Amino acid sequence: MTQATLLQAIRDTLHEEMARDPRVVVMGEDVGREGGVFRVTEGLHAKFGPDRVLDMPLNEGGIVGMAIGMALNGLRPVVEIEFADFIFPAFDQIVSELAKLRYRSGGQFPAPVVIRAPSGGGIKGGHYHSQSPEAHFIHTAGLVVVSPSTPADAKGLLASAIRGPDPVLFFEPKALYRTVKGEVPEGEHLVPFGKGRIARPGEDVTLVAWGAMVPVAEKAADAVAAEGVRVEVIDPRTLWPLDIALIEDSVNRTGRAVVLHEAPRACGFGAEVAALVQERCFLHLKAPIARVTGYDTPFPYALEKTYLPDPEKTAGAIRAAMNF
Amino acid sequence: MKKKAESKEYPMVTVLLPDGMADPANDPGLPDPELLAVFGKMNLVRAMDEKAIALQRSGRIGFYVPSSGQEACSVGAGYCVREGDWLFPAYRDHGMALMRGCPLVTLVAQLYGNDADPTRGRQMPNHWCDQRIRLVSVSSPVATQLPHAVGASYAAKLRGEPVAAIATFGDGGTSTGEFHAGMNFAGVFRTPTIFLCENNQYAISVHVSRQTAAPTLAAKAAAYGIPGIRVDGNDVLAVLKVAREALERARSGEGPTMIEAVTYRMGPHSTSDDPSVYRTEDEVAQWRRKDPIRRFAEHLRKRGLLDDAAEEAARSEAKEAVQRAVEEVEAAPPVPVESLFEDVFAEMPWHLAEQRDALLSGKGETR
Repeated sequence: MTQATLLQAIRDTLHEEMARDPRVVVMGEDVGREGGVFRVTEGLHAKFGPDRVLDMPLNEGGIVGMAIGMALNGLRPVVEIEFADFIFPAFDQIVSELAKLRYRSGGQFPAPVVIRAPSGGGIKGGHYHSQSPEAHFIHTAGLVVVSPSTPADAKGLLASAIRGPDPVLFFEPKALYRTVKGEVPEGEHLVPFGKGRIARPGEDVTLVAWGAMVPVAEKAADAVAAEGVRVEVIDPRTLWPLDIALIEDSVNRTGRAVVLHEAPRACGFGAEVAALVQERCFLHLKAPIARVTGYDTPFPYALEKTYLPDPEKTAGAIRAAMNF
Repeated sequence: MKKKAESKEYPMVTVLLPDGMADPANDPGLPDPELLAVFGKMNLVRAMDEKAIALQRSGRIGFYVPSSGQEACSVGAGYCVREGDWLFPAYRDHGMALMRGCPLVTLVAQLYGNDADPTRGRQMPNHWCDQRIRLVSVSSPVATQLPHAVGASYAAKLRGEPVAAIATFGDGGTSTGEFHAGMNFAGVFRTPTIFLCENNQYAISVHVSRQTAAPTLAAKAAAYGIPGIRVDGNDVLAVLKVAREALERARSGEGPTMIEAVTYRMGPHSTSDDPSVYRTEDEVAQWRRKDPIRRFAEHLRKRGLLDDAAEEAARSEAKEAVQRAVEEVEAAPPVPVESLFEDVFAEMPWHLAEQRDALLSGKGETR
C-alpha cells in the first residue's frame, strides 16, 4: 500500500497500464508535453513517446472517432476529454457510434474505448468547467459509466476499464483530484464493474452518492450521527450497470433512501436510482425517497456554492426522511 | 449564380474515351479475365439493386438505398482493396464488399434482418457489416466513419503493418464536422487512409452546389495538406487506377489521399423519396447516357471481350445469383426474441437479463 491522491492514483495507473500493454494509447488535447491541464498524464509522453501519447488536434468528436477506429484495429485507446463539459461535441460519436458498434455489428466489432473526463463542480470553473453529464450516457445503451471517489477505486476501476471489453465513460471528480488522499494497493488491483461499496455502514438511512458527493455524504452522516442517526453511505462506483443488489439490500434494512448528486435533478441519475428503489423496496420504505441534487439551471459561476449540494442540505434530507 | 468552371488544378482523370477505347496513357492494364470479373461484379450490384427495389415494393423488405449509377466507384475501388485493409463504407458501397469476397447472401440477409443476417437485424437495410473482410458496420449518420478509418489506419501504422483503410461517403458528407476532423487528423498523423468521396450530385434532395462554394470537392484536400484527386466516377478503369495508386501510396507510408469521384445516383436517394421533386428528367437522361455499366460494356466490346450473348449472359448470371441468395435468405427464421438483449455489453448485466426474462415470460413488466 502507498498513499496517493486521486489524481496520483489515476496517473500511476496510466503509467502501469501503458507499461503492461503496448496496445494502450493515451490521446487528447494537451495530454502530451503538457501532461494534461490537470497534469494527470504527466510523464507519459516522455516515457512512452508521441506515437502512444498523442497530443490531438482540437476536435472532440474527431478524437473519440479516431479512438473508435484504433480500438477496432486492436489498440486500447484512453481518451482524455479536457473537461467533461467539452464532451458534447463528441456526443454523437459516443452515443451513435461507440455505444452501438458491438450491438449493430452483431458482436463482430466491439470498440473498447475508455473516455476519461474531469467532471463536476467545486473548483470555480463556471458553466463550461463544472457539469456532471453522467445521465446522458447512462441513458445510452452500451456504455459503462464509472465515477470513483477514492484513490484505490480510481486505480482499480481505471485498470478494469482499460482491460475490459466495453466502452467506458470514466468521470473523474476533479474537486477530489488533490483533496482526497488514501491507500492504494501496489501492483495488480482491479475493481470489477457493477460492484458498489459501502463507504460507511449504518442502520437508519441509506444515502447513495458518487464522485465528489461521497465526502459530502460522509460529512452529512457525521452531522446527523451526533443526533443518533446512523447513515449507511453507498458509493456505487460503477453508475451503470448499477449494483442494485447492494442498494436494495441496504434500503430493505434501513427503510429510508436518499440519493445525492451534483447534476441537475430532472432526469438525473438520481431519478433512476429512486425509481429502482421504489420498485424493489416499496414495502420496506418508511419515508418517501429523497433527492439532493443540483438545480435545474445551467451551472452557475458566482452562485456555485448555492448550486452544489452540501452536507447541510443533505443532512436536511436525512432528517426529513427520519421524521416523516 | 455563377457557373462553376472546370477546375484546372483538379482535372478529371478519365480512362474510357468517348469512342469506348481506353486512354493508353492511363489504362490500368488489367488482364482480360479480370476485366470481365469486374464487369460481372458491376452487373451483380445492379441486379441486386433491381431485385431489392422490387422486394421493397412488394413489402418483403422494409427499405432500400439504391446504388445504380455508382457501380464504377465501389467496384473500381473494391478491386484495389486487399486482405488486411479496412473498409468504412457508406450505404451504397456493397460493391466493395463483393469485390473483397463478402458472400452475396450475407448482404442480402442484412436487407431482411432475419436469422441469416450475422448482424441479427439490428439495423435497417443497407447497413452492411462483415468482420471477415474488415468491413465495419455502416452508420446512418453521414461521414461519422471517417475518423474511424483514420484511427484504424493509425493503429496499422503504429504496428508497422502495410495496410490501409478506405472510407467512402457522399458529397453531403464533405459538409460535416467529421469530414473535417477525419481529413485533418489524417493529414496531421499521415495515416494510410483513403477518403473516397462519391459525389453523386445530391444529398437526398439537395444539390452539391449547396454543400460547398468550392469549385471541386477534391480542392478541399489542399487545406489538409493531402493530395486531392478528381476522377470520372462513371469510369470504372479510372476509379480503379486512382484508387490503386492511392492505396499503394498509403501502404508504403506516403500518407492519405482524398479522391472525388464524380458520379450520379440514377435512382432515388432511397425507396422513400421522389427524385422528380428535385431534379429534371433531362438531367437524369443525360447521366443515363454515362451509365458506368454501359460505358464499360462498350469498352469490353472494343477489346473484343464482349458480344451481345456474353453481355446477356453476364446480366442473367447476376440476376440468378441474386435470386438464389434471396431464396436462401427467405428460408431463414426470424431473429430470436432474446437476441434483442444480446451484444449491448460483452456480458449481459442484470437489468437487461431482467428485461429479457420479463419479455420471455409474457408477463410484461419487470416486477
